[in-house]
Amino acid sequence: MSILINKQTRIIVQGFTGKIGTFHADDMMNYGSNVVGGITPGKGGQTHLGKPVFNTVKESVEQEGAEASIIFVPPAFAADSIMEAADAGIKYCVSITDGIPTQDMMKVKQYLRKFPKDERMVLTGPNCAGTISPEQAMLGIMPGHIYKRGVVGVVGRSGTLGYEAADQMTELGIGISTSVGIGGDPINGSSHRDIFEKFEQDDETELVLMIGEIGGPQEVDAGIYAAKNMNKPVVAYIAGLTAPKGRRMGHAGAIISSAGESAAEKVEMLQDLGVTISPTPSAMGATVAKVLAGMK
Amino acid sequence: MDIHEYQAKEILEGYGVKIAEGGLAYSPEDAIQRAREIGGSVWAVKAQIHSGARGKAGGVKICFSHEEVEAAAESMLGKRLVTHQTGPEGKVCSRLYIEAGTDIEKELYFSFLVDRTHERIVMVGSAEGGMEIEDLAENSPEKIKKIHIDPAVGLLDFQAREMAFELGLDATQISHAVKFISGCYRAMRDLDANMLEINPLVVTKAGELITLDAKMGFDDNALFRRQKVAELRDKSQEHPQEMAAADRGLSYVGLDGDIGCMINGAGLAMATMDMIKLAGGEPANFLDVGGGASAERTEKAFRLVLADKGVKAMLVNIFAGINRCDWIAEGVVHAVQKIDMQIPLIVRLSGTNVEAGRKIIADSGLPIITATTLAEAAEKAVQARNEQVAKEGAA
Repeated sequence: MSILINKQTRIIVQGFTGKIGTFHADDMMNYGSNVVGGITPGKGGQTHLGKPVFNTVKESVEQEGAEASIIFVPPAFAADSIMEAADAGIKYCVSITDGIPTQDMMKVKQYLRKFPKDERMVLTGPNCAGTISPEQAMLGIMPGHIYKRGVVGVVGRSGTLGYEAADQMTELGIGISTSVGIGGDPINGSSHRDIFEKFEQDDETELVLMIGEIGGPQEVDAGIYAAKNMNKPVVAYIAGLTAPKGRRMGHAGAIISSAGESAAEKVEMLQDLGVTISPTPSAMGATVAKVLAGMK
Repeated sequence: MDIHEYQAKEILEGYGVKIAEGGLAYSPEDAIQRAREIGGSVWAVKAQIHSGARGKAGGVKICFSHEEVEAAAESMLGKRLVTHQTGPEGKVCSRLYIEAGTDIEKELYFSFLVDRTHERIVMVGSAEGGMEIEDLAENSPEKIKKIHIDPAVGLLDFQAREMAFELGLDATQISHAVKFISGCYRAMRDLDANMLEINPLVVTKAGELITLDAKMGFDDNALFRRQKVAELRDKSQEHPQEMAAADRGLSYVGLDGDIGCMINGAGLAMATMDMIKLAGGEPANFLDVGGGASAERTEKAFRLVLADKGVKAMLVNIFAGINRCDWIAEGVVHAVQKIDMQIPLIVRLSGTNVEAGRKIIADSGLPIITATTLAEAAEKAVQARNEQVAKEGAA
């Protein structure tokens, strides 16, 4: 198996007929993702890329059995689109959109919590590259061809650094069960820990690679969870050793504002929790290979 | 985005928060005039720069005569004030805030912040004011009270009361405190602030609550819907290259090293900087060119990196996803030809159409050093930097 998406997952695209939505919907379909339609309010009833366009997410769920959604809606309207997906009964939503206001994300998270846990939509992102279960389905904007199917579950904040990791692993003949981008924002849909829970349950995943960065508590939280609740080994790399305190490094959430948020501190705490650290970003593949070899 | 103290106070006053009487001055004459208008016999002259800890840097002076106000104004205006928050280059003071002196009985700490763990706004208070909250959190965390605000219902009166009692206010001050706290909260929520700090919040000898210093920071992602807030931006307080980058849609942070960087993606950019450091070098900057790195954008990014005259070598690291390596390579070749670079350039391309991209670089005939892996790129950059430094030293 894989987590979150597979070959059968019925996908809709919110912001389907826009330039970016069109480009990536086409790319996802070429990869083999089961895109069943898309949403553009006011364009319901039309056909786009050979698939039906709906006015509301609810219609796509009723008529096409949509289960997963990907959001390319501009930042001012993205939070509303995410909540619409949750309300319509979508099970998994990826928000690619970058630049959603923090207070909008607080509302989104509060809104999601009102659903009972087993009915609650899983959200990853915003400001991420999406999720891919290699050789099955892609719900994102990554270059699908660099990913190979296999046993490593990957979760990370950054898009291109995730590509770097996938590329290093592919070079070494190591494949990925699912790679999940959780995005670079201070408040995001799912944390590293949330994704760890799913990987621990997944038959196909044997090891988890976490690609973290400076800022916020999520990497260490995930490490604490892994130490207590996981049988699968965890490898981690934390970016931003050279980042100065108090400066935002590109991602809205990549800022060291209090104790424990620097890369060096996170690395130390994760090591204490039994996580294997990749000492450099170019050693992610090799570190995973070493841990995998030790498991046999 | 940060704003000045006087701007934060104007905003807060609009939400019913009590501030001391004060006014803005651009010259020593202005300063005396403001002191006259305010009246009384004690004034605070405060440098308006985007930084806390101004007092230690000579940016806050208590004056007991108009002559002292004038002298204080002269000592601050046009000067660079260096605090531990501004970095060694400091920030230029071009405006002053002249404020009526306050009879201080007690100093308190009060703020609203974004709590990333709880994904909510948190109200933070302490009866120990005046200190920096980081120091307080480290030395005596038990003296800090935190109350989380539910985004669906907002701040509730009982929460404001709980905080007021925690701050050690007495029964006669509670209703004022609730008004003050809810005014601050509404300013935070309505204007998409991500930080509002009143430190110190003062209880006067007469028992009044006064906002002595005020700091507000705003969510850049929400400025599109907060036009009035966006207009408060003071570009003189921002790093010129970072501002130029932001205006071009690039994300740049200047650092102390001498290896310039151009990378796509914030995470990969941080990782590449780490790699440079581990190879024995120091990065000169963080620069994320983003997803759609066109030839035009690449040239702009090159100019930005090279505007830092201390840069001894430049490293380009692109992992093409939506991008294509051949497009990036064309952009790099175009930029190098146009700019006439005097320092070594190291390019590492990976991802979509990588072979075509490498061919364009090789065929260009330009003295570009290429690398296939991240580690190799960083090592070559450090080596090229060392050779460049040696060459310049010999010349």
